[in-house]
Amino acid sequence: MKCDKCNKQATVHLTEIQGGKQIDKHFCEQCAALNDGLVPKTHAPINELLTNFVLAHSGLTKETVAACEECGMTWAEFRQGGMLGCEHDYAAFEKELTPLLQRAHENATHHVGKTPVRQSGPRGAKRVDAAKLRRELAKAVEAEDYERAAKLRDQIKQVEGA
Amino acid sequence: MKLSDLTSHAGEWLRGSGPMSDIVISSRVRLARNVSGHAFLTKCTRPQRTALETKVRQAVLGAEVAARLFYIDLEEANELDRQLLMERHLISKQHKDTEGARGVAVDENETMSIMINEEDHLRLQVMRSGLQLEEAWEQINAIDDKLEGLLDFAFHPRLGYLTACPTNVGTGLRVSVMLHLPALKLTGEIEKVYRAARDMRLAVRGLYGEGTEATGDFYQVSNQTTFGKSEEQLISEFRRQVIPKIIEYEQQARKTLMQDRTMALDDTVWRALGILRSARLLKSEETLFLLSHVRMGVNLGRVKDVEVNKVNELFLLTRPAHLQKILGRKMDGDIRRAARAEFIRTRLKAN
Repeated sequence: MKCDKCNKQATVHLTEIQGGKQIDKHFCEQCAALNDGLVPKTHAPINELLTNFVLAHSGLTKETVAACEECGMTWAEFRQGGMLGCEHDYAAFEKELTPLLQRAHENATHHVGKTPVRQSGPRGAKRVDAAKLRRELAKAVEAEDYERAAKLRDQIKQVEGA
Repeated sequence: MKLSDLTSHAGEWLRGSGPMSDIVISSRVRLARNVSGHAFLTKCTRPQRTALETKVRQAVLGAEVAARLFYIDLEEANELDRQLLMERHLISKQHKDTEGARGVAVDENETMSIMINEEDHLRLQVMRSGLQLEEAWEQINAIDDKLEGLLDFAFHPRLGYLTACPTNVGTGLRVSVMLHLPALKLTGEIEKVYRAARDMRLAVRGLYGEGTEATGDFYQVSNQTTFGKSEEQLISEFRRQVIPKIIEYEQQARKTLMQDRTMALDDTVWRALGILRSARLLKSEETLFLLSHVRMGVNLGRVKDVEVNKVNELFLLTRPAHLQKILGRKMDGDIRRAARAEFIRTRLKAN
C-alpha cells in the first residue's frame, strides 16, 4: 500500500470515525510525522520488546537508571528523600541531575568559582585552569567583550579536552 | 568552654553596631563541604558517622582557624544546651534535633562556627553584626583554605563542591541577612519583600532559618542559586541589588509612619514598652513582637530612655533556653513566663 501524500510505502494506518463514517488513512513514516500530529513509534528492536514483555508479566518494574555502585543510592530513593548518598551519585545520575540543577540554579551548567588549591598534580592543575578561565569568561560576557569570550571558550575546550 | 559562659552576653553579631544595623541585624555566610572518600550522611552507618566526626573534628581543631576554638559534642550535650546553641544561631535546628555523632566548633567571639555532620560533613558559617557580607566572606574563605590543607573536599571540575543536596552544589555558598522590618509589617506592605525576593530568586525565612516562622518582624533573606556564579558574584549581587531595595522599602515605610501616622506609631511603641515594663506573665513569641516594636521606637528616636543594645540583648536572653540558663533552673509554663516578665521588668526599669 502506498502513502496518501507521497508514493512511498505506507507504514502508518489510521482509521477515523467522522460523523459515523469510517475514513481510512495511510501514510509513510515521514508524512505521518508531518501530518495530523501523528508521531509514529519507531520500530522497537526485538530484544527491547521482549524485555518489556517479560517485565510486564513478571511483576517487576524496569529500573531505568542504575543505582550508584559506590553507595547503592537509587534515583527513586533520591527523588523521595531529596538527599544524595555520596559524591559518586553526581556521576551515576548525571543525565537525570542536569535538568534538575538547571532548574534550581538559573540554567547553570558549570561551576564558576572557588577551586580547592590542594588539587595537586597535573589533573588538579587542569581543574584550576578551567575554573579560572570560566571565571574570566563570565567577566568577559558581562563586559560584552565577545571576542575575548570566544577565545576563552576555545581555551576552556582545549583544557578540558586535553 | 562552659556553655554557661555564653549566656551572660550576646554574640558579636547581635551587638547592633555594624553598618545599617537599624534594619540589618546580622550578615551570615556559610559553606557546605564534604570529605572525599566518605559517603554523605544519609548513607553513613553509625560507626562511619562516628569515624567521620573524629576525623573532621581533629582537622578542624588542628587547622588554626581561630585564636581559641571550643568544641561541643552535640551527641553528649543535653537538650537545653543544644537549644541554647540554636538560639545563638551557632547550630541549625536540624543539627540540634538529629541523632548520632555530631558537633560544633565555635570561636571565642562567636563570629564563626563549624558544624560537623549536619546535612553535609561540614557546614562553616561566619556571622557579623549589621551589613558586613564582604568581610564575612573574606573570613570564611580563609577558614576554608586552612581546612582544605587538612581535608580533601569532594569536588568535581564541572559541578564544583559536591553536596548532599543538589540545591547547594557548586560554591556551596549560602549568603543571608537577618532583617528587622517592623514598619513594613505595620503598614501592611511586607508582601513587597516577598515579591522582590521571588523575582530575584531568594528565599525568605524566619528567625531560625529553614522551617521557622518570621516572628518578631525578623526576616532572613538568602540566595537559592549556588551554582554557575562565583562566590564574589553571588555576594555582590545580593549586596548591591537585593538588600538596598528591601532597606529602602523599610525606610520608606518608617518615614510614612513618622510623617502621617505619628500617633499610631507612638501608641504601638509605647504600648509595647508599657506591657514589657508591667506584665507579670510573658510568652516567648509575644516578647519578640513587643521588643520588635520597642526596637523600632528606639531607632526612630521616639523612645529615648532605652538603649538599643539593651533591647538587642533582650531578644536573645529572653528565649527559653537562655532564660533557664541565666536563672539556673529548669522552668516551663507560667513559671517560665513569670520569670521572663520579671527579668524584662528589671532590665527595662525607667532610668
